[in-house]
Amino acid sequence: MLAYAAKRILLMIPTLLGVAVLVFFMLRVVPGDVVEVKLRGDGGNVSQETIEMERRRLGLDKPLLAQFGDWMVGLVTLDFGKSMWTDRPVVEEIGTRLELSLQVAIMATIIAVLIAVPLGTFAALMRDTWVDYLARIVTIGGLAIPSFWFGMLVMLTLLGLFNWLPPITFTPLHVDPWTNLVQLIWPAMAVGYRYCAVVARMVRSSLLEVFNEDYIRTARAKGVYEKLVIVRHALRNALLPAITVIGLEFAFLIGGLVVTEQVFNLNGIGVLFVQSVSRNDFTLLQGLVMLVAAFYVVINLAVDLLYAVFDPRIRYR
Amino acid sequence: MAVAEAAPAPAPAPASPGPAEAIAARSRTAALRRFCRQQPLGAVSLVVILAMMVAGLLSEVVAPYDPLAIDFAGILSPPSWQHWAGTDAFGRDVFSRLIHGSRTALVIGFASSFLGSTIGAVLGAASAYFGGRIDDLIQRLVDILLAFPLIVLALVVVAVLGKGLVLGIDVNLICAIAIPIVPRVARVVRAAALSVRVMPYIDAARAAGYSHVRIVFRHMAPNLVAPYLIMLTAHIAQAILLEASLSFLGLGVAEPTPAWGLMLSGNASDFFREAPWLILFPGLAISLAVFAFNLFGDSLRDWLDPRFKL
Repeated sequence: MLAYAAKRILLMIPTLLGVAVLVFFMLRVVPGDVVEVKLRGDGGNVSQETIEMERRRLGLDKPLLAQFGDWMVGLVTLDFGKSMWTDRPVVEEIGTRLELSLQVAIMATIIAVLIAVPLGTFAALMRDTWVDYLARIVTIGGLAIPSFWFGMLVMLTLLGLFNWLPPITFTPLHVDPWTNLVQLIWPAMAVGYRYCAVVARMVRSSLLEVFNEDYIRTARAKGVYEKLVIVRHALRNALLPAITVIGLEFAFLIGGLVVTEQVFNLNGIGVLFVQSVSRNDFTLLQGLVMLVAAFYVVINLAVDLLYAVFDPRIRYR
Repeated sequence: MAVAEAAPAPAPAPASPGPAEAIAARSRTAALRRFCRQQPLGAVSLVVILAMMVAGLLSEVVAPYDPLAIDFAGILSPPSWQHWAGTDAFGRDVFSRLIHGSRTALVIGFASSFLGSTIGAVLGAASAYFGGRIDDLIQRLVDILLAFPLIVLALVVVAVLGKGLVLGIDVNLICAIAIPIVPRVARVVRAAALSVRVMPYIDAARAAGYSHVRIVFRHMAPNLVAPYLIMLTAHIAQAILLEASLSFLGLGVAEPTPAWGLMLSGNASDFFREAPWLILFPGLAISLAVFAFNLFGDSLRDWLDPRFKL
């Protein structure tokens, strides 16, 4: 098990290296660069000389391979360079916003799993009754309704009911837990809806599959309480595929955050992502892409290892 | 693209054109009728999709007003008999903009899903057919691209390509939405192609000395049409959602083109209190469209291949 984990961790390196190479060279095919956007963006009249000077300062005049080498050396020492727009280190730019986004992501996961598992279970147990149909409508809605629109609807509802909107400035959890939770619960709900829908569908379909297994029939035949059959025999096995989906969707929550943070005016990773794209801030964008990829790879590993905990039959070599 | 377009090869051509064509037409309507009977939800979604297509194709006829006509006398008027969905901050008729927006959504949704699914299908089929090093290389690339959520990858491509208008359509935006679709289709089609590859008729074709290209397109492709079509329709929904999200972020379709996501961005959110209809209707349109294509994709999957799971 330990050897397997070590092997998997080593195997992350080529994947992340591939991401690094791909994103670096993809971004360098761009015609205009950050300097153009920064200095000429608002139509200002800036001489070619100033532009060249700024390029030299940012190291954009070096040959492509030299730039790549610099970046690679930085990556190994976990130094992602400086933002080409604000001149602050990328690590710092990301660091100050990570807490907020991570908290929203974790809250969304908790909300989604708490609702999805019972929803999926009841839908499977009462298959083809009104409960199942209701669950299906709710989950299909989650897949079709864009998270940013759902966020807007949440805000509209809050306005209509309480004439209140969540505050814009972020209060960290350790400073004032109540203000923090009251602020972040709404964006967490907005990104969590889709998440919940995906997980609930998975729970329902894998439960239905498990119900056909021999060991369920055996358990019922030997007179185990129906509740125990469902919780101990069926749900425990049905949750395995659900764990994969929970992990994968958690790693992908950044996608939902990109738009939801915009709606709730939160200054998180998602907003940073959009800014770096519209400003052609390559170093920052590269750093963010690496973060998303690393997150995905780590979560994937965690899911694989969790499998062994939930299913003792699985042995890793 | 000329090569890629050949992927969904048509069914074998009928021997004689006259009566065979009539039979083909009759069996096509019969197939449609069977689809509607077996998949009632699919039929409902098909109706929604057709209505959207009519709205998109005949926008000028269907829409009561010019979507770009500014009327400062009628700014932010609530829904009424004159303006079914109210007017926006420039006095433009929201309902007409929704109708015209369906054209934007459909064009970009279809085009990017078609482009992404086709490239993905060709890559997946080639990966399975050639195996070995080529398979390894393509699979590594697919694995790397799959590490990113659709919108993150699309945003990176937007950063790379910028805007590129051809005939009023942002071709670069279509590419940005198509590229994240490619690895997802490639993986599914490869799995299907692996089972086709071991069929005796592929061996026979190789023994007959046909070229690789001919075997992939003439012998394998027709047997991969079902997964290809399923992926294509399923990803139209994704593409419409993605286009709306990008436009909402101000990185997709640009003003003054009517697009659903764009209608929700910028000033719409400033009018929360005064004009909730500016938020309600475009969001409903996006949800309905995505819902219909999702449902249609699901029904198509159940109908074409019940064993096939996404």
